[in-house]
Parts: sequence; structure tokens; C-alpha cells
Amino acid sequence: MSVDMSQFYQTFFDESFEGLDIMESGLLGLDVGAADAETINTVFRAAHSIKGGSATFGFTVVAEFTHLMETLLDEMRDGTRMVTEESVDYLLKSVDCLKELLTAVQNKADYNEDFVTEVKVGLERLLHGDEASSKSEADKMAESTGDVEGWLIDFKPADYLLKTGNDPVRLINELSLLGKIETTCDTDRLPFFSALEPELIYLSWHIKLEGNVSKEQINEVFEWIDDDADITLSCLSGEPEKSDSSAGQDESAVATVTPVEEPEEPEEPLTEKPASESVPVASVVEEAKKPKADSKAAASKKPAKDQSSIRVSIDKVDELINLVGELVITQSMLSQLGETVTKETIEKLQDGLGQLERNTRELQESVMRIRMLPISFAFQRFPRMVRDLSNQLGKEIELRLLGEQTELDKTVMEKIGDPLVHLVRNSVDHGIETPEEREANGKPRKGTVELNAFHQGGNIVIEITDDGKGIDKDVIFAKAVEKGVINANESLTDEQIFDLIFAPGFSTAAVVSGVSGRGVGMDVVKRNIRELGGNIEVKSEQGKGSTIIIRLPLTLAILDGQLIRVGDDTYIIPLISIIESLQVEKSQINSIGGQAELYKLRDEYLPVVRLYETFGLKPDSTDLSDGLIVIVEGEGGQAGLFVDDLLGQQQVVIKSLETNFRPVEGISGATILGDGTVALILDITGLINLSRQSSERAA
Amino acid sequence: MAKILAVDDSASMRQMVSFTLKGAGHDVKEACDGVEALRVAQANTFDLVLTDINMPNMDGVSLIKELRALPAYKFIPMLTLTTESGAEKKMEGKRAGATGWIVKPFSPDQLLATIKKVLG
Repeated sequence: MSVDMSQFYQTFFDESFEGLDIMESGLLGLDVGAADAETINTVFRAAHSIKGGSATFGFTVVAEFTHLMETLLDEMRDGTRMVTEESVDYLLKSVDCLKELLTAVQNKADYNEDFVTEVKVGLERLLHGDEASSKSEADKMAESTGDVEGWLIDFKPADYLLKTGNDPVRLINELSLLGKIETTCDTDRLPFFSALEPELIYLSWHIKLEGNVSKEQINEVFEWIDDDADITLSCLSGEPEKSDSSAGQDESAVATVTPVEEPEEPEEPLTEKPASESVPVASVVEEAKKPKADSKAAASKKPAKDQSSIRVSIDKVDELINLVGELVITQSMLSQLGETVTKETIEKLQDGLGQLERNTRELQESVMRIRMLPISFAFQRFPRMVRDLSNQLGKEIELRLLGEQTELDKTVMEKIGDPLVHLVRNSVDHGIETPEEREANGKPRKGTVELNAFHQGGNIVIEITDDGKGIDKDVIFAKAVEKGVINANESLTDEQIFDLIFAPGFSTAAVVSGVSGRGVGMDVVKRNIRELGGNIEVKSEQGKGSTIIIRLPLTLAILDGQLIRVGDDTYIIPLISIIESLQVEKSQINSIGGQAELYKLRDEYLPVVRLYETFGLKPDSTDLSDGLIVIVEGEGGQAGLFVDDLLGQQQVVIKSLETNFRPVEGISGATILGDGTVALILDITGLINLSRQSSERAA
Repeated sequence: MAKILAVDDSASMRQMVSFTLKGAGHDVKEACDGVEALRVAQANTFDLVLTDINMPNMDGVSLIKELRALPAYKFIPMLTLTTESGAEKKMEGKRAGATGWIVKPFSPDQLLATIKKVLG
């Protein structure tokens, strides 16, 4: 039967690229000298799968290349090869190379042959090219002998043969496909019935096989039981058999085999099997061919590339399935009601419609959540990048990734990738000093670059921090004057000076290196972030390091929210900004100038924000001791929010107020709750600023 | 028609094997590693087990060892899917109780021809 292999390509590419990621992170985690066996094994398995798949699906270039990697990894796994810095470097390069090859194969495009050859040569050099021997063996196997009339085969299986799943009858059947056979059974070893072990074989066979059959063909039949049987072959030197085995002989061969059936065979007689089986199989194959032809046509119409896909966690899919289930229930309830609509049932019908609306909305939100991916997708390239860069620049750098699980919309993720790369590069290249320089300044040799992502005040914040030399304000200022960006007599705040590095055509690196510092980029970075509706900010202290803060809007993001009640309204506080919630101890309240209230919490004074005042609501009570205080932390510090009650916690999908209404101070967005009402999400940073301003005004 | 258990951690290989066997009219169940395969094998009966060697959690050799120890799988043919470089693995599989092996890469036709050898 012919199977259209191209239908499996997409799966193969998906799993191969995933395998490459596994290999890369595994290799990066390998400690040279004391490599973890399980990590090597994982990397090996990934290479092994790619090799097996590419060979099966006919991607020879990929298979050949992966074979080299696999061999190297296999030696590491066996412990016959040390894990050296050099070999890990080559394996990492090979991962890049493989990525290139797979992408080329997937898009039916060309690949960078020089690069592939270079890595290949490197791998072969590492392996000392001991491939030749296995090849010559294979060549030998391929040799076939000349014309033969037939063979006499003595087949004496080991008594335990059945326990390996091999069956002498099947083997003899197999032989019968090669030519005409005559079989005699040797029962000498058969013991008395009382001594007979039903699971063992006591028989052996003498088989005469007629036909032009090569020794290899016979060996192939017995290939699997080489060690489990005594098999002697001798060439048949009798009268020459002219005719080749023909189709009709098949049947007679089976008939000859029949008497072979011995009493201790634990299985049912197989006599009829070959004949009866061949008919249905053939017809099934016929049937199976039809739809296959269709799918082939369909598959060939589709172009191989551009099948962008996202990997979605099972939880999210389960949630969707759940919702669809509820939708079906609601729908059936409605259609039942629809059959008998009377005045009395109209209310029920409305309820049902409301439920339908809610289900649909939830479904919509869940589908949108599928687009949310943890930011680790954007972060995962950095360990490799920082490693390569620090090798190249002769620096020692530790990369720390925090908040990798923070979710981000896929579109935002794709657009933020390149700017992040640029910023991390800058930190490594310009920020972190050489080990010698660091030691001279009393810092540890190893520099640190930290990437941190978190949700804050309706934004996603990504911080890139390094403990390098920081930004020299004077140098920037001088440079900006020199480039004509500003006038020499302008007086700028620190922030304004740092902002200059985002000006087009601005580069401060004394020597423009290959890594960064060409002065294109920082302005592009800023533009990209602006396009996403975000902003970028630089903080730096000379000699101590710099932090670059990117804030991106969370229009589509999901947030873990704490629902609170003020009067009749429900608000949501992002869970991440809540520190604790307490009942108010009246004695801890101080007020300044009769206006601004401060709450004393463990020796700290926090401003109290009465939400009902901020939003002009009618609360249950204006007495602080009747409600609760939620201690929150925003960018501008901590504050205590006075609320009537805490409700539940839930994940909410953030809807932008800007696009649906207009920006409101102290509110970062809105969401729709399970019961269909709208709840506003508090912007903690904004609220704290708001309360500070109003108290300043009051003062 | 035979009931066949196909075990491989690579989804594309599993799909190919399963599609080919189903196309030939067999009833195929899939498992992605030895642990899952063992569970599936204990809940069902099979006429043939096809397993990859290199898999996470439980590899093919251990799977065969475990299966052979079960009364229901004492005589059931089990084939390993190996690569040519794994001559050592072939024998390891045999020692664990494998019936034979299929060398990767194989075409759907080779697969069908080989399993015919053990399905009688």
C-alpha cells in the first residue's frame, strides 16, 4: 500500500523544533566535567527522534547531520567521551545548524551550505570519523550470491523460543514465500507426555527449500532468532530446478506446512490463516486507498509553510470544552422552552437567553485566553544568547530570569522579542565590565543580568537589570551636544539625559563593536514599544548598574483579581499588588492636618485611600472600623484602601477602558463578571498618585 | 485484523505507524512512553507490540521486560523499532524478550511486511 508521508510532515516539524529547544536548554544546562546523565539522555533522545523521523520521512540531509550529533551524544551518554566545553559548543552550533536545515526543508528552500559543512566537519573531527567500518559492513551485507537451486535447512529452535514471541510455524511460513518447501519434523527430543512442559518446543525441522534463493534471504527470515536456534544451511546440489517459484506454489507450501503442527503448540492451528487473511487485507487496502487519494490531493494543494500554530495548555482547552458543554445544555433548554412558549414561561425564556449570553461571552473570553502565552517564550532565547555573547566578549555573566510565567498576548510577545534582544545585548556589551575591570572596582568577577516580568497596574512590566558600570551622564550629555541633539547650555534632569540614548543616531560606545553600539536600534526599540502602546524608562547609577523598564499595556491580558465591594459596586484589585487585608484598629489611625489619614502598620505609616470618596459612592459605612483595609503596593509605594467587603478571587479578562470609553484616573481597565455586570479594575499606582495629589492639594 | 500496540515518544513516528497499520485494517492503540504503554497493555489485550527503544520515563527495553513478565504477554510478539546504529540495542531488546526488530528508517510497506512475519 502507498501511504502519503507528507501528511505527517507538520507533526514531524513541530516536534523537531520542540526537540531542538529541548536540546538547546539541555546543552546550556550541562556542567562541563560533571555532566548530569539524565540531561545528556534527554538531549540524546531529542536528537535520536529527529534522526529517526527525518530518515523515515526522507529528509536525508537532516538525518545524516543528526546522525553525527547522535553518535557524539551516544558516546557522552556511555561515558566513553568526556563532556568538554568544545564538544558542547559544537553541539550547540549543531542545534543552530539543524534548525537551519529543518527550516530549509520545511520551506523547500536552500540552506547555508558553508555553515552546515563547517559544523559537520567539526563534528566529524570530534568523532575521528570512525564511520567507515559500519558502512563497509553494510556493503558486505548487500552482496548477494549467485544462482542457487535450493537449500537444505536444519532448523533446531531453542526450547524457550516461544517465550520470545517467535513461532516456528510462522518462520516456516515465511520460508515458504521464498520458494517451494518440503518439511520433515524431527520428534526425537519429544519426552513422555508426563514430562512434557507445554510451553517448550521439543521439535526440530529439516526443510528443503527449492528455488533461486540467496543465503541472505534465508538469513533474513531467521534474523531475529540467530541466538535462539541452531540453523545450518547447505546448498542443494540436486537436479537443477528450472522454473522459478510461481504464485500457485504458495498454497502447496502452506499445505506442506500443515502437518508440522505439533501437540504442544499453545496456540490455535494456523493452517488457514495465511489464505483467509490475505483476502480481507487486500480488500481493506483497496478501500483505504480511496480516502487517501483524496487527502493527498488536499494536502498537495496546501502550501507547506505559513502554518503558524500556538501550543496551548490542556487547562485552557479543557475550559473551552467545558464552556461548549454548558452552551449545549443552555441551547437544549431553550429549544425545549421554545416549543411551548406561554406567558408564564416567558420569564424562563428570558433567563435562558441571559444564560446563553453569558455562556457565549465566557466562551469568547476563553478563546481569547488561548492567545496568552507565558513570557518564557520570549525569554528562552536569552540563556544561549548571553552565553555566546559573554564568550565572545570575554566576560563572565550570570543571567537570571524571573516571572517567566507572566502571561502576555501572543502578538505583543512577537513584537517585544526583538527589542528585548537588543536591550539584553546592550546590557551585556556596554553594561557589564570585563572581569578584570570588575575586580579592580571591588565587584565580583561575574556580572549579573536579570530579566524580570510581572503585572503591575494594568501593565506588563519587563525589567532588564545589570550590575555593570551604569550610564555616565556626562558622556551622554557631551555626546548629545556633539551630535547636535541638544544645546550645550540646556539643563536637563537625569531622566531627560537617560532618555537621550533613545534619540536616533545616538551611540556612546567608545569602540563600535560587532555586538552592539552601532547606534541604530535604541530609537527603533523605543519606537517598537511605543507602537505597542507602551513606554520605556531607564534608571542608572554610575558604577552600580542600570535598569531598563518596559511597560506594556495589558489590553488582552488576564489578571488574577480580588473582588471587593464598595457600596453596591464591585471593583477588582490585581491580586499581585495586594499585600494583606486587615480589620481597622482605630487607635492606629492618625490624621495629618485633619485631612490625610495615615494608618500605622508595624512602624510604617501608610496613606489611607477611602475608595468611596475617590469614586463618589455611597458606602455601607464611612467609619473605618466597620470596613476593611486592603494594603496594596504600587510603584509609588504602599497604601491602605478602605473597602466595605472582600468578595471572591477570580481570573478576569481585562477590557481596555481607553478603547471602549476613555481613560479614567485610578482605573486600569474593566472586566465583565460571571453574572454579566461590569467591574472596574483599580490601577493601584494611579490611585496612590491620585490620593497623594489630593492630599497635597488639601495641605 | 490484529490488535496492535504502537509505542513511540515521537508523535510523527507514532502517527505514521498507526496510520499505516490502520490502513491495513489493524486495530491500533498508541502510547507515548513505556509507562503509558504498560498501563494500556494491562487494560487491553494485544496481538503485537511495536515499541521504540529510546523513550522518556520507561524505555522500550524495560517495557518489554515488564510485559514479558505478565502472563497475558508471555508469547505475544514484540518488535522494537531501532536505528542501524543501535546494534547493541537490538541485542539488549532481544535479551529483554523482544521477538525481533524493525530497523529505522522503514517505509510503510516494510513495516507491513515485517509485522506479517509475526502475525502469521
